[in-house]
This record gives sequence, C-alpha cells and structure tokens, in this order.
Amino acid sequence: QEKEELIEEWQPEPLVPPVPKDHPALNYNIVSGPPTHIITVNGKECINFASFNFLGLLNNEKVKSAAQASLKKYGVGTCGPRGFYGTFDVHLELEERLAKFMRTEEAIIYSYGFATIASAIPAYSKRGDIVFVDEAACFAIQKGLQASRSNIKLFKHNDMADLERLLKEQETEDQKNPRKARVTRRFIVVEGLYMNTGDICPLPELIKLKYKYKVRIFLEESLSFGVLGPHGRGITEHFGINIDDIDLISANMENSLASIGGFCCGRSFIIDHQRLSGQGYCFSASLPPLLAAAAIEALNIMEDNPDIFQTLRAKCERIHKALQGISGLKVVGESFSPALHLQLKESSGSRENDVKLLKRVVDYCMNSGIALTQARYLEKEEKCLPPPSIRVVITVEQTEQELDKAASLLKEAAQSVLN
Amino acid sequence: INHIVHNGGLYKRPFNEAFEETPMLVAVLTYVGYGVLTLFGYLRDFMRQWKIEKCQNATEREEQKDFVPLYQDFENFYNRNLYMRIRDSWNRPICSVPGAKVDMMERVSHDYNWTFTYTGRVIKDIINMGSYNYLGFAQKTGACQEAASKVLSQYGAGVCSTRQEMGNLDKHEELEKLVARFLGVESAMAYGMGFATNSMNIPALVGKGCLILSDELNHASLVLGARLSGATIRIFKHNNMQSLEKLLKDAIVHGQPRTRRPWKKILILVEGIYSMEGSIVRLPEVIALKKKYKSYLYLDEAHSIGALGPSGRGVVDYFGLNPEDVDVMMGTFTKSFGAAGGYIGGKKELIDYLRTYSHSAAYATSMSPPVVEQIITSVKCIMGEDGTTIGEARVQQLAENTRYFRRRLKEMGFIIYGNEDSPVVPLMLYMPAKIGAFGREMLKRNIGVVVVGFPATPIIESRARFCLSAAHTKEMLDTALKEINEVGDLLQLKYSRRRLVPLLDRPFDETTYEETED
Repeated sequence: QEKEELIEEWQPEPLVPPVPKDHPALNYNIVSGPPTHIITVNGKECINFASFNFLGLLNNEKVKSAAQASLKKYGVGTCGPRGFYGTFDVHLELEERLAKFMRTEEAIIYSYGFATIASAIPAYSKRGDIVFVDEAACFAIQKGLQASRSNIKLFKHNDMADLERLLKEQETEDQKNPRKARVTRRFIVVEGLYMNTGDICPLPELIKLKYKYKVRIFLEESLSFGVLGPHGRGITEHFGINIDDIDLISANMENSLASIGGFCCGRSFIIDHQRLSGQGYCFSASLPPLLAAAAIEALNIMEDNPDIFQTLRAKCERIHKALQGISGLKVVGESFSPALHLQLKESSGSRENDVKLLKRVVDYCMNSGIALTQARYLEKEEKCLPPPSIRVVITVEQTEQELDKAASLLKEAAQSVLN
Repeated sequence: INHIVHNGGLYKRPFNEAFEETPMLVAVLTYVGYGVLTLFGYLRDFMRQWKIEKCQNATEREEQKDFVPLYQDFENFYNRNLYMRIRDSWNRPICSVPGAKVDMMERVSHDYNWTFTYTGRVIKDIINMGSYNYLGFAQKTGACQEAASKVLSQYGAGVCSTRQEMGNLDKHEELEKLVARFLGVESAMAYGMGFATNSMNIPALVGKGCLILSDELNHASLVLGARLSGATIRIFKHNNMQSLEKLLKDAIVHGQPRTRRPWKKILILVEGIYSMEGSIVRLPEVIALKKKYKSYLYLDEAHSIGALGPSGRGVVDYFGLNPEDVDVMMGTFTKSFGAAGGYIGGKKELIDYLRTYSHSAAYATSMSPPVVEQIITSVKCIMGEDGTTIGEARVQQLAENTRYFRRRLKEMGFIIYGNEDSPVVPLMLYMPAKIGAFGREMLKRNIGVVVVGFPATPIIESRARFCLSAAHTKEMLDTALKEINEVGDLLQLKYSRRRLVPLLDRPFDETTYEETED
C-alpha cells in the first residue's frame, strides 16, 4: 500500500559522485623501479626530492640483505594478529631495540604508520576526556582524536600563550565541578617536527605547562625520529629533555628507517595498555618479518654512524638558504627540517588556481630532472587545511651540486611560471 | 537451531549452518565459574590494596602521582584477575614460517603469568591450527618467495611516500589490474593494511545523512569505519534476513530520525566469513534485498577470499553470483595470500573516487614492493596463470580438509558452530577454566590452537577456533583429531546432544550429509 509506494519512489544518491578526469589527485605519477635517489617518474629519470628517505636507507645493501635473510627464514606474511601466532622473534627483537635506542622501558610495533597514532590516542583518551591539540596536527592525529570521542580543543600553531589560555579556562571549569574534574583525563598532543609546516614544537615550555596544569603529553615524532638530536633520538635529545617526562612517543618507521610500520615507546605502565586496547595492534595482522628485519638493520646503521645526522642537517641548512629569495615562492619550515614547503607568496584567490600554478612549477622541474611533488591533502576532511605547497625533501644522499641544481631550477621555474 | 535452506531457488546448493544451543547445565556452571573468579578477584584486589599481597603491575611515576589516573581501576579488573591467569595462551612467540607446522619459543612463568622468561629452547614442529594460512602460501621456498626476493633486491623494502605523491610504483598498478581481473570487477585499489582499508574508506563513501546497516558480529575495523564516517548506524541480527528487511523497510518509509527527510544512501556492511562464528553470509538473499530496496552492499571478504568457491574467488564465487551485484568488494591479502594489506574492488567510478578521496591514498605510505610481488605471484598461482595447477589443487584440498575435519569433530560429539563449508571451525568450551586448560593441554601434545574468550565473544560462549589450511595433510589432521578427542574426554568438552552417525568409510566427495537426530 502506502509503504510499497514510498519504497518505489525513494531514489538514493549514487554511491560515489563522479570525479572530473583532470582532478589533480586522480592522475598519479607512475614510478618505474625503486623510489631511490635517482628515480624514474613517468618515464623520465630525475633526482628524487620527494620521497621521505632522509637517511638514504631505502637502497642500502645491508638493509636489503637483512631483509632477504628474513624472507628466506619466514616467508613474507605473518598470517595472524599478534595474539594468535603472529608474534615472531623479530618483532620482539625490534621492540627491544627500539626501546633501548630511545632509552625508554618498552616499545610496541604497529604494522602501518598511519594506524600507530590513530590507535594509540583512542586507547587512552575516551569520551569525556579533554585533548589539547595543535592546529597543524597531521591527519592521522585528527583521525585518532575523532575515534576517541573526547573533547578536542585546538590551540594556535606553536602558540604557548594560546595553549595556556585554554588550560586556564579548563582550570576554572574544573573548580566549578571538582568531582568530574577528578576523573577527566587531560592530554596534549603535539608533533616534534610538523609535517604540514616544517616547524619544531617548543617542548621545554610544554613540559613546564605539563607539570603546572597536570596534563599528559603525547608526542608524535614521525619526522623528527632519526633526524633531530646528535644521535637521532628525536626532539627530546635535541632539547636535552628527560625522556620520562613525555608520556608517550609515537613515530612511524616509514621515513628515516625506510621500512613500513610504526612504533610507540614510553614507560611500561603506559605502553602495556596498548597491547590489549590498541585497535590497530589487536585486530590486525602483525608486521611482515622482512620489514621488521629491515628496520632492525636500519637501526644498527643509525647507531653505528651518528655523523649522518650532522651531514643531513648541514644539507638542510644549505638548501634552506639557497631557496630564499625565489620570486613568488616562500620557504616554510625550520632551517634544519628535512621536509620543507614552498608556498605561493601571494595566493591567486582560489585554491584550485593555486594548485594549478604550483603544478606547472612542479612539471617544469620534472622535465628538467628534479622530481618534486605537491603536498596532498583531503580538502574537505582536514580541520585546518594548510595552503597548497610544493614539498621539498632533503636526503643524505643528495650531493651539494644536486642541491644547488634544484635550487636554481626552482628559481627558474618560479620565474617562468609565476611572472 | 539448524538451517538447511533451499530458499526458492536463490541458493544453488544446500546452505548448512548450525549454532547448537548451549546446554542449560553448562550455562549455569559457566556463570558459577565466572562468579567464583570475580569473588576471588575482589579478594585479591583487596589484599593488594592493603599490601598483604605484592602488587605486580607497573605503576605511575612518582612525579605524576597527583595527575588524574590514566586508567580506571575497574577497567583493569578483568585484565588483572581473569586475563592474567590464562595469559600464556596468547601472544605465543614463534620463530619459523607460519605454515602447517611451526616452531615456537618456549616460555615459562614463575609468578603466575605476570612475567615470562624464555628458556632458550625451541619447541619444534607444532601443528599450526591457529594461523590464517588458508591456501598454504606462507612458505619460505617456492615461486612466490623467489619472486619476492628478486623484487626486494631490486626495489628495497620501503617506499617512503604516499600513493598520491611519489609512492605509486609500477608494481602497484600491476597489482591492482591483476586483483580486478581476479575478482571479476572493473577496477581495484590496494592498501597497506586490511584494518585501515575499512577504517579509512567507509568514511570516504558515506557521511552524515546516510544510513549504515551493519551485522551484529562485524569486525572491529568495520565498526570503527562506520563510526568515523558520521553516518547513522543500525544493527541487524547476525545473518538474519528478516531483521535486515525490517530495518530496510523502516528506514525508507520513515526516513531520518528527527527530520523525516529521506536518507541519502543506505549501505549494508556484511562479512564473507565471520571469523568468530564460522558462519557464511547469506549472500543471495542479501543481494535480492539490496536490489529490492535500492541500497548498496559492502562485502568484507577478509576470511573468505581464496578460501571459498570452486576457483577460490571468495563468497561470490561460492554462491555462483555475479560480482557486479556487490557494489564494494573489500578483502585482505593477509589470510589466503600470505602477505599483508587490503584491497577494494568495484566499478571504475568507485575506484577513481577512492583514488582521489580515500584517506589512505593521501596520507598513508603505499605498500612495500616485495609484499606486492608475493600477492601478484600467489594470485597468479590461484588463477592458474603461472602454468601449474597448484592453485586449483590447493583450493580443492582446503575444501576437502574443511568437510573432513568438521564431520569428524561433529561425530566425536563436540559443539561446532558455523557453516559446513567454512574453514574457520569454532569449538565451544564455555567454561573459563577450560579456556586455559584446553590451550595448555593441546600445546603439551604439540598442537597449537587459538582460544578466545570475553570480550571477543559473549561472556559464556568462549571457544577454541581452528583455522584449516590447504597445507594440512590428512595425517596432520588425523593426529590433531586424535589429540582433540583425548583432550575432549579429559576436559569433558563433548557437550553435543546430537551426534552424527559416523560413516563407515570417509571418501572425499561432494555429496551433502544427512542429519540423523538422537
């Protein structure tokens, strides 16, 4: 009767809206062969300034042979989550090595870099808890916060005064309702080196705020692990802070360690909880052993050659200086950050046009032998969408000539496209 | 409840699924068992608080003692008092390839499972009934491993970039075309982690104003993906088509809860094989409903791809249906292909949309090349394109192993859940003490099994779960069955009140079995 009519009449939306053929994110660059220092993109050989291979370990023979040995012993996959015969001795060894390297009690490994922080945050922060997070936090952190259902309070990027204001407001709230305040957990989530802006976070001030307002700190070190600090231990070594002051450090192994996956490290009191309540850990297959063996070998190399960090930093400073003063483009990021952004000095008004302009700059460089890429974001999903930019990544393998060539090529490209 | 269904010609073969009811005495005893454990738990907590007993847990730092406590005391009650007692049944470390037989590192605990020490000895050749190795591709020798080895030396282990930036290798393109061909769909896209495939793509497909109808027993990744999308979620009873139809009717007729506006889209989330129950989704009926009510179907074939169907192409192949009827076919490469990662297959518009708007394409590193090569070689093997019949033989072997194993267990008198053709075999234990005992006894007899309890299953329905593999030979299965029989007698696990009459000879054939009631 009526119901049948309603069912007949109802028309759903199509499952997915059509995507225009020239959408910038639809046509991927095809890389033939390994994405190492010299990379073949869309058939053209270029110098790689786009892969996060900071320490050049992607093509390292020792790392590859360690992975080969593991492949011959274990095969490729682990065929099970950690709880059900998916724990291999390589995983246990990697966790021990990471904990020793970072000088913490314990470490836990995830099989996917994105899932690391996205599973760690909801394991501790639940509905009703409060999280203060920087505006420029990366997408994985945003998803972790969304999954946790906690109250999110954003503070302006690297603005400690804004954060203190929010903390004070929270304190006055607490005094109105002390019973609730006693059970509401508070966290600050920051990144060591921000992926979206290339800045460093002011960790010493954060520690002071931590003890003053009794908030716990979660630090995401994907870019700074293996980059900052005299031994590559990250931002805590860079600032000389006691690592126990940070409650949880999470990083992914896909940048400096040139492997796949991620890890969290900290005190056993904190890390052990994730073994039962980290969703990406309990309900997902463990990391393939060959990738874990590659990570262990990469750690060995990092421990044996602490001077590569100094070399990397010198190269970053060099290119940072060389890229200053390009007409139309400004450099965004610290001088020692290996992942910089080049943004348009003046936006044309519409994001689409900016993206098109930058694409022309990138294409110019690619045609002349430097592989670059634009930083990709999901425009509708990000909380605070960064402006369009070109990502420049510095690795230890790039020679000074190549750095200079890249800088001059970018100057040329900017001149021809933007003027 | 025993369903043998030939529902109006929708099913081409009998659909035999059984979930025998818990015997009343067993249920009562299980509750009593949990009650006793809870009492003891309170007693021990009391003693720990008053320092009569030593507290073994890690504790908060001195400097942070006045912070708000990180964990509620009650949250960890279950962990401290029940899980700790039988913790040695999980997280067992192995040190060889997870094939049909596996080597395990021996560990002992001198303080009732609070800490473990490794004795250094390795227990060799344990029959592995716990790893998801359905087609036996977890191998350290053979065509797959050699191909992966070559790619590893050429490409390296990592990729260091996302798909949309510089991480899209030619290997990824090759893999996606192959997977699309294997599934019989227009196009496919591969991701680095099966869990993340669900949790990152469901939010890209549906959003606020859409409705998700999800099965009761869906996996955590589907639940997380549904939550993150922001759509309204309604749950229908497990594999129950009447419940699903009612929800669909109500949804279309009444619209959104407060505004009464019509829903934008309706998405049905089901799995191919449910790994805790061993049941197979009633796909012909779901597709019929989906067409009638114009909704979309998202099928998660994590366990069923490779494991079901005469040519190993999953639950769609098993029922003989058209893959184009399923809007979104999702699956993982971890189980039947011996690698890691997940995929989504479907129409070209869908995959183009996902390439642009999926969270994983924009922010997550792409798959590692040797893993991709392993998948390519194993898919070619299953399809028979590598020139051998190994793939076909393995699919057959798995089907035979499944039927044999299930049949023998039912004859012995255990309560087995799930569909006759599912290679996931849950054997009911019920009582908390038997969970630990079963795991330990089987390990003593050199068989590795997986036991699961609360919270992965309802509180009284704890079970042992066997995952059959094409790599298991008949001898291994017979050994395992003998030991299970022994342990079953020892622990009194033979609860079933309806035994099958044992066949005098057990040929491996395609006939269905007749049920004889006691």
